[in-house]
Amino acid sequence: MKTIKTFVTAIVSAMLILSPVAYADKWGDQFPHIKATGDIPGDCSYEEMSKKNYKGKTLKINTHAVPVIGQPTALHAEQFAKLTGAKVDVTHTPAGDLYAKAMVPFKAGQAPYDIVFGFSNFINDWKRYLAPVPKKYMNSTEMKDVTKSHIGVSSWDGTMYQYPVDGDRHYLKYRKDVIDNPEMQKKYKADTGKELRVPRTWKEYGEMAKYFNGWDWDGDGEKEYGSAEVMKKDDLMFAAFFSRSVAYAKNPRTPGGFFFDLDTMKPNINNPGFVEALGDWVEATKYVPPGGINFGLGDEIGSFGGGQTLFSFSWDDAFIAAMQDDSPIKNKVGAAPLPGADRVWNRTSNSWENQYNQAPYIVWGWAVGVAKKSKVKDMAFDYLCFFSNGANHQADLAIGNFGVNPFKNSDFDPNIYINTMGWDPEIANSYTKTLLDMEKSKNRVFPLRVPGVFEFTSAVATGTSKALAGQLSPQEALDEVAKEWEAIVQRVGKKAVQDAYAVGVKMEDNKL
Amino acid sequence: MNFKQKYVFLFPGLFVLIGILIFPIIFVVRLSLSGWNSYNGLNFIGLENYIRLFTDDPRFWESFFRLSFLSVTTVILQYVIGFALAHMVWKDIKFQRFFRVLFLIPMMTTPVIMTVIWRTFFHESLGPVNDILSNFGMSPKWLTDPVLAKVTVIIVEVWQWTPFMFLLLLAGLLSLPKEPFLAAAIDGASPVRKFLYVTFPLMAPISIGAIIIRLIEASKIMDTVYVLTSGGPGTSTETSSFYIFIKGLREFQMGYAASMSFTYLIIMIISLTVIAKVLTKLMLKD
Repeated sequence: MKTIKTFVTAIVSAMLILSPVAYADKWGDQFPHIKATGDIPGDCSYEEMSKKNYKGKTLKINTHAVPVIGQPTALHAEQFAKLTGAKVDVTHTPAGDLYAKAMVPFKAGQAPYDIVFGFSNFINDWKRYLAPVPKKYMNSTEMKDVTKSHIGVSSWDGTMYQYPVDGDRHYLKYRKDVIDNPEMQKKYKADTGKELRVPRTWKEYGEMAKYFNGWDWDGDGEKEYGSAEVMKKDDLMFAAFFSRSVAYAKNPRTPGGFFFDLDTMKPNINNPGFVEALGDWVEATKYVPPGGINFGLGDEIGSFGGGQTLFSFSWDDAFIAAMQDDSPIKNKVGAAPLPGADRVWNRTSNSWENQYNQAPYIVWGWAVGVAKKSKVKDMAFDYLCFFSNGANHQADLAIGNFGVNPFKNSDFDPNIYINTMGWDPEIANSYTKTLLDMEKSKNRVFPLRVPGVFEFTSAVATGTSKALAGQLSPQEALDEVAKEWEAIVQRVGKKAVQDAYAVGVKMEDNKL
Repeated sequence: MNFKQKYVFLFPGLFVLIGILIFPIIFVVRLSLSGWNSYNGLNFIGLENYIRLFTDDPRFWESFFRLSFLSVTTVILQYVIGFALAHMVWKDIKFQRFFRVLFLIPMMTTPVIMTVIWRTFFHESLGPVNDILSNFGMSPKWLTDPVLAKVTVIIVEVWQWTPFMFLLLLAGLLSLPKEPFLAAAIDGASPVRKFLYVTFPLMAPISIGAIIIRLIEASKIMDTVYVLTSGGPGTSTETSSFYIFIKGLREFQMGYAASMSFTYLIIMIISLTVIAKVLTKLMLKD
């Protein structure tokens, strides 16, 4: 009897253990995108979605241009259509036009799109027109894995309006095969008298980038350059500028606002900290690849990911692109926190503090919501839940130009990258550690999430691009931005901006 | 047919006119008197937008003068090149039909797609133009130098729209009477004198029409700038229409963008009327 019991237990155990594999294979075979993991059980898995029937219904989505976020949107739309029988129409829109493409119909009381993609900092302007994420999805297995900070990012006053599909931070990417190369270190020391190491400050970053600019340092027969950065006007360049500014202008000893003084709502954007950062950025135009001043995010990804530059520092995408199987520099890159500065501006005492400062910039990233006036809300939320289900998410993470980056607790396990993506363990560990450390930092900066946010960021893009083009000095450019910001605050209403900004300040001051 | 029936037949045309022309203009005027943006509705704010435009927005005026420079330069170049090409294929030359079609091809292509291709050509690290020029030790910053970026916009615009000028001028040349040319030939006029004293004056009315049509079109230049430079570097290639687009459809300052559009419309009507009068006076003085 005991033998039979043991035998039955063994059979049942084997079935339980092996069933997910068989189940995974079934969907992995049909959908090559998830071949590495197969389906991962959950409320929005392939298996669960295949039980839905949306035949005869149409889902309309407005998303970013291909490839960044536009490609996964289209791919998952195709998969969703195949699984549920729905018709899914996807419209692709350039980054700069995503805001207005949704706002125009929103303001006119229409809903030409059921799902709208944008940036997470649009939340304040968009939330009136978006349907809150229903409880059913809030309690889904997929949502339970989302980090606390990204739940907060997608919500306003405790209500979630944006469905988490991405989580972004800016950090430093560098060529490990150069920076850690003893021969290069020796050569750099001999030529400059300085140590070649992962740059601790933006000044070091600039020195190294300048040294490695315009010559073939990896022996591939092509010239390489110092740094690839998003410098194209209106193409997320404001975020690149803030990444360079946080080291000089985010002082942990002066709480109460990075962008504005929360009490007076006077802009800080033209204080010496920001001006120093813009001065560094103007200098950076000398060590970017030819045409680098016109690089958008896609160019930056292609440039660093293709092995053209020593450094890059914005979103994950360039790093992931460099670590893809088809990359010439796979396992030759490293991740590190954004460089800091040897001095930081104290806006209370109006003086520089001569001590090392580093601050992470949590950019958040792509966000997506369902229009309140949509007639197919259930299907829309199902699509979003499916978009970020376990299998899709892990597969998307591995593709650099998809623009999908870690926002789930499980994403910080280095084994995912080692086992399914073939990353070198040291690189996988440094990558996850860099991201995790940013989550833990007490000196973080979060993006503006105030009404009329696009006016503020557009003013920064215009001002800084004038400085990069040599039309204005850094101080003049930022004075112009500050003047414009003051005017925007007046137009929008000081109280409205102040109230919204207070939420961000609380997060920066570690009070939320 | 009685009087009332006439109105019935007029009504469809009138309805279309009101729907697609009168109503949008009236709505733009109303919008320009509001603070409509992402946080306000269609609230009436009087002339506030216009006061801001005339007293506190040098960027609009800079973009307007930049636009004037770009449109006048491109139209002059298009006229000169278009006239030369039309003159060339007007004569009996070999492969005349082939050239007539060839010269029209740029105009038949989609501007946005062609601009993307031009952007690829002028890409400073990957484009073929600099690849070739680097053999001679040159690598111009076609899209990132404030002056050269304007030149690049001009090149693309001239390439795209010279065929339009060519087409109008060729049609004009083909319709010219033969007698003045025969008379000039009998008098033994040289080709240059024939062109200066016969062809050019006879072509003046058509030239004025072609130039005005192109000026109207060139003053709306937007797609080339949008795709090629996004108005950069800095604001060095930002034109009025692109600036209005940024304010209206990027920053969602609809009320303010409407006030800029309406002001721009008035300025264009006045300036193009003046230009047409001046050109008529200059070219038709005899």
